Amino acid sequence: MKRTLIRGGRILDPSSQTDTQADLVIEDGRIAAIGHDLDAERAEVIDAKGCWVAPGFVDMHTHLREPGQEYKEDIRSGGRAAAAGGFTSIACMANTDPVNDDPAVTKFIIDQGKKNSPVRVYPIAAATIGLAGEIMTEMVALKEAGAVAFSDDGKGTEDANVMRHLLEYSKLVDAVIIVHAEDECLRAEGVVNEGLVSTKLGLPPNPSAAEEIRVARDIALARITGARLHIAHVSTKRAVDYVREAQDEGLQVTAEVSPHHLTLTDSETLGFNTSTKMAPPLRSTEDVAACRRGLIDGIIECVATDHAPHAVYEKDVEFIAAPCGILGFETAYPVVMELVRDGEITPLALMDRMSLGGCRILGVPGGSLEVGADADVVVLDPETIWKYDPANGYSKSRNSPWAGREMVGQVAYTLVRGNVVFDRQRGVLEQ
Amino acid sequence: MIGKDLIGIENLTRGEIETILETATRMQEVGKREIKKVPSLRGRTIINLFFEDSTRTRSSFEIAGKRLSADVVNFSPSNSSLNKAESILDTAKTLDAMDPDCVVVRHKVAGVPQRIAELLDAPVINAGDGAHEHPTQALLDMLTVFQEKGRLDGLTVAIIGDIAHSRVARSNIYGFLKMGAEVRVAGPPPMLPKDIEGLGVKAYTSLREVLDGADVIMALRIQNERFKGAFFPSIREYSATFGLDRAKLRYANDDAIVMHPGPVNRGVELSHELTDHRPSVILDQVRNGVALRMALLYLITGRRPSESS
Repeated sequence: MKRTLIRGGRILDPSSQTDTQADLVIEDGRIAAIGHDLDAERAEVIDAKGCWVAPGFVDMHTHLREPGQEYKEDIRSGGRAAAAGGFTSIACMANTDPVNDDPAVTKFIIDQGKKNSPVRVYPIAAATIGLAGEIMTEMVALKEAGAVAFSDDGKGTEDANVMRHLLEYSKLVDAVIIVHAEDECLRAEGVVNEGLVSTKLGLPPNPSAAEEIRVARDIALARITGARLHIAHVSTKRAVDYVREAQDEGLQVTAEVSPHHLTLTDSETLGFNTSTKMAPPLRSTEDVAACRRGLIDGIIECVATDHAPHAVYEKDVEFIAAPCGILGFETAYPVVMELVRDGEITPLALMDRMSLGGCRILGVPGGSLEVGADADVVVLDPETIWKYDPANGYSKSRNSPWAGREMVGQVAYTLVRGNVVFDRQRGVLEQ
Repeated sequence: MIGKDLIGIENLTRGEIETILETATRMQEVGKREIKKVPSLRGRTIINLFFEDSTRTRSSFEIAGKRLSADVVNFSPSNSSLNKAESILDTAKTLDAMDPDCVVVRHKVAGVPQRIAELLDAPVINAGDGAHEHPTQALLDMLTVFQEKGRLDGLTVAIIGDIAHSRVARSNIYGFLKMGAEVRVAGPPPMLPKDIEGLGVKAYTSLREVLDGADVIMALRIQNERFKGAFFPSIREYSATFGLDRAKLRYANDDAIVMHPGPVNRGVELSHELTDHRPSVILDQVRNGVALRMALLYLITGRRPSESS
């Protein structure tokens, strides 16, 4: 019997709302005990003194680029980057090549995940064929193949009637529809949040109303259909307000926010760094504050990185020609720790948003340290100061706005089903 | 300024602007000689790297370089990575490997000259990038106004037209504000970019109000072929509302001057008659452009202290 003792850490378990100093024992891949002075006999011991011990992070919004764009990332490199970032479960969006709109692709992603990724990989299938926003995918077959949700992420479904039918049909498989909420006509060529920054840069502006209009529309459709709607990467104050109102009304509407929309503003783009280009764009200070408020209040149930790798040569072009998106896995923890350091969120609530929140939305296991649960665990050192260099990371790509920045907080160990898949000294371990 | 890039007026100090304008004033004399050439930049190589067509600006830089005896090479790649050809950065690095002393960059996308400047050893002069900045245009405009008015401090400058898509507007806003002028902008509301007043200007939608008390009026070129009715309904309505003619000029101060970065759409931004006659100073702007660019090339690529003879 394999036994691991994580000794002397601060146990943070959102599922039981536990925040206590204790040892944690894992036996045969499951949480076996939490208590004081637990027996170290025959156990591999992990010293967690000064560290947090929490459920492994769950990222419900990532781009792993396989199949089709393996030069940016693949399921192996993405999975390894996720492990190094403390993630034990990641869900990948359908905008691969071919698109994950067919059960064969869904199964391929699951198989590659099992074979090549140290962390659990859950495919999110396309909501419409080819992400074209026209013909709905075979949700029943895709769900049977293992899809955990449906999304045309990267594209806003322009036709409201199509979206209505997607929401209605999704009730058949009891899966959530995840929307990328941007009105493409209003966004037009916009690449920077509309405001003083876009005016100074002379780059086409993307108004926050482009997101708000779409969030409001899709909430109206969730109301008439009674379906489950999830808003991806919320970035504006009013979008948060709309989600709050929808939840107060009792609609099944959830939302996520990215680490960058919680901590960076559009002024990062002064200087034209294309690693600050993403959709939706970085917004104003007021929007960042509202996203934080939403996360703290639980209106926004989880943090999702929108990990979106792109090759250096794809990003290092004219700003308007650069693809949208940035890396997320390996910086997520130190970045969101800013909210703890600012005294805005408790460590326990943050761990909830980093794991359990995403599990609830997707209906996947995780987010728990209760006895008997699968031992997906992360050990976090909240104090360590280090400098992030994407070249030293596990992703194949480099597109991060945090490149070269000092980070506070570091992942020490990541365990999946009781196996150490990442350890700060040895790196990601082959299983 | 030797060896420094010039990406935008935003990054210049008032002192640097004054130095450039004073040097340009001295360079004007060269253009009046029978032999319009001095040896200041002999042996220096200047590359005009124009990704976007601009015969006027390119010729002005070319003449400026040649009057200083520099070797000027024009390079106009017809494609950029926007249409999947060689990347702009590969092009720039290739040219840099030929050891130029200065690279002048024009591109239709904001930010490209800055990125090229980050990569290149040679100093880079921005000759206009998208709707971001056009620093040499603003400097030649300041030179023109200074020569007309004897000062910049305390003047009221009204910039009229498509502010949202104008690099000329942005650079002039930064420049005239730094020199102590008051700057106003006006245009159809869809052409006034969000939070423009955050730059320190006052925005108007009435031509009469923006001109009231103006010493300098700058009309911007309207590119209606690009907008097809999305920003204003028609040329006729634009001309009636924001076009300048002698009658509307009366709203401004009696000695106000009229400027335009060219080329003028006659009868649209300016009446046909006003385009060719004072108080419009459009050809002075062009003339000053050469002297101004000579000054910049001299200041940036001129003799390094270690080479002083």
